[in-house]
Amino acid sequence: MQLTKVKWFGLVLALAAAMAVSGCAKKKVAQAPPPPPPPPPAPTATLTSNPNTINAGQASTLSWNTTNATDVSIDSLGKVGPSGSAQVLPSQSTTYRLVAKNESGTQEATARITVNPPSAPVAPPSNEGDAQLFQQNMKDVFFEYDSYDVTGQYTQVLQQDARFLQQHPNMSFTIEGHCDERGSTEYNLALGDNRALAAKNSLVSMGIAASRIKTISYGKEKPFCTDATEACWQQNRRAHFAYNQ
Amino acid sequence: MKRLLAIIFLVLSAGAGFSALPQDWIRTGTGLGVEKIRLAVPDFKVTTNDPVSQGFAITFNNTLWKDLQAAGIFDLVGKSFYPMAPPGSPPDVRLADWDQPPPNANMLAFGNLGVDGGYLSVQGWLFDVKNAQSPQVLGKQYREEANDANARIIAHRFADEIIFRLGGGIPGIAESRIYFISNRSGHKEVWGMDYDGANQKQITHNASIALSPHVSPDGTRIAYAGVNKDGWQIQMWSLELARNVSFPRFNGTNQSPAWSSDGKSLAFSSSYTGHSNLYSIDSSGGVPRRLTNDKGPDVSPTWNPKTNAQIGFVSGRTGLPQIYTMASDGTNVVRVTDQGYAVSPSWSPNGQFLVFAWIRHYGPGAPGASDIYLMDVASRQWVQLTHDGGRNDFPSWAPDGRHIVYQSNRNGRTQLFMMLADGTQTKQLTTSGENTQPNWGNK
Repeated sequence: MQLTKVKWFGLVLALAAAMAVSGCAKKKVAQAPPPPPPPPPAPTATLTSNPNTINAGQASTLSWNTTNATDVSIDSLGKVGPSGSAQVLPSQSTTYRLVAKNESGTQEATARITVNPPSAPVAPPSNEGDAQLFQQNMKDVFFEYDSYDVTGQYTQVLQQDARFLQQHPNMSFTIEGHCDERGSTEYNLALGDNRALAAKNSLVSMGIAASRIKTISYGKEKPFCTDATEACWQQNRRAHFAYNQ
Repeated sequence: MKRLLAIIFLVLSAGAGFSALPQDWIRTGTGLGVEKIRLAVPDFKVTTNDPVSQGFAITFNNTLWKDLQAAGIFDLVGKSFYPMAPPGSPPDVRLADWDQPPPNANMLAFGNLGVDGGYLSVQGWLFDVKNAQSPQVLGKQYREEANDANARIIAHRFADEIIFRLGGGIPGIAESRIYFISNRSGHKEVWGMDYDGANQKQITHNASIALSPHVSPDGTRIAYAGVNKDGWQIQMWSLELARNVSFPRFNGTNQSPAWSSDGKSLAFSSSYTGHSNLYSIDSSGGVPRRLTNDKGPDVSPTWNPKTNAQIGFVSGRTGLPQIYTMASDGTNVVRVTDQGYAVSPSWSPNGQFLVFAWIRHYGPGAPGASDIYLMDVASRQWVQLTHDGGRNDFPSWAPDGRHIVYQSNRNGRTQLFMMLADGTQTKQLTTSGENTQPNWGNK
């Protein structure tokens, strides 16, 4: 994008220079007899925007620089100084045009600011925020070996989780049931299912709508930790909360 | 049949007799009181003497020997005891050379092979050495396109003929295949291989997680459990079409499918009404029939293949998982293991035995080894089959009822092993990646 623009500028400048030269030549021919006053050099102008792509509601800065111009204006900003910068807040993609004039010619420069439409750009950041918020606040529930009962401290953990969910009634999520690596693959798949279900039932009993909650078991297929130690196995016996976009 | 029962009976009675002792590792020999048939198998004579034929002969002779050895019913007479000029056809046979020591054989399998016109031709005979009047028990001819794979296949077929004749009329397993889960592609997929570990081939390419493959009795379909973001579903792979075909989907976790031996029904575990319970469904689809109704997880059904009137399964309804049996309509539930952590039952083809994985002494300070056990369903007497350490799980009966395939991590990564049903003649079948959940198919 940047490169294209630079090229484009070069092209405009070259074209302008060529026009100016040919104009001069014509004038020379036309005004040959009287002694010519020294013609002022043709104006030059550059206009850039930074950034050149923004989301709706964000600002971009236009910067311009001209030489030899007596009159400089930019569309939508009106008359401006020979060089400077200004913040703009376009609501849609806009091409800004700078016109620099003096008696021997006119020089134009343009800069385009692309504005992403509001719906697409606004949703992801706020969703990402939700996912992050969810991840930071929703604490996983851990289980005893071969057990799917939510015990003591994890009832409190779920109460905190439920409070967070009540404050964010639009969030829906999946509870993943996980098991440690010991025991049968098939039995663990069912055990993981029961763990996810136990966490779901607790949340529902605390007033969270069941329609917001999906459950899935990963048994011992997607461990959080892969060492064959009790510390690691404890990490894997859990109901994990995953935010649904 | 009688011979097999006698063998197992011996194993069991010995096991039961001593099971109360603190040391419950009992080495019981299948040879006790039952004489194995002494079988001589001289290398087949090569009738077309070129390097290609020699190569096929080596493949054929090795395969035939290994098949007969793996059968578990023969005492193969060592080749160094054979007469100098082995027979290639009946006129070459001098029974006296085989009847007396050193070979002292009961039976003689011999023949010849050669390549003509791009075809591999094999002639094989089985002679009863002790019957001088009419020694021929079997005479077979095979002709297939000449390649190494066909040399193996012909050897498997001839081995199965011999095993069928001399093994009490039970078909051999040399032509059977084993299906299993392997992660060697980077994902857990369904794989298949010959019973001896040859020809290992990837079957599914779902790039997800596949578990618990069970092949249909006619060998055309594999039911297994697969996962996507909506959960676990029973999936049905057609080996004829080489793709998944449609099968009913239910909410929740649906897994551990098991075919009835008539191929008409599948039993499986589903949590679509809440907790994991067992259901049976027509193998063509339809509405599932509920078999169990309790809170503890119920998984891993296995039909009694003799009658299809009973189902063995695992339930955690009383705490740690135990093995149960019930009628195939869900009535008459009986718990058959009394302690520890018992999972992954497989019901023997004759209907008499369950094999399963059991951590008998489960708990803090207990050794906690998971071994394969065999239980007589009627008497609930059991015997331990594996003793080599590691976590042994997912035993599956071969269709002959003499062999069991299972998984073990005794050497590090989890691999598949086969053994005779008395725990002897263990052979490792896989080496690449991690290989789990074997299921032994019919021929």
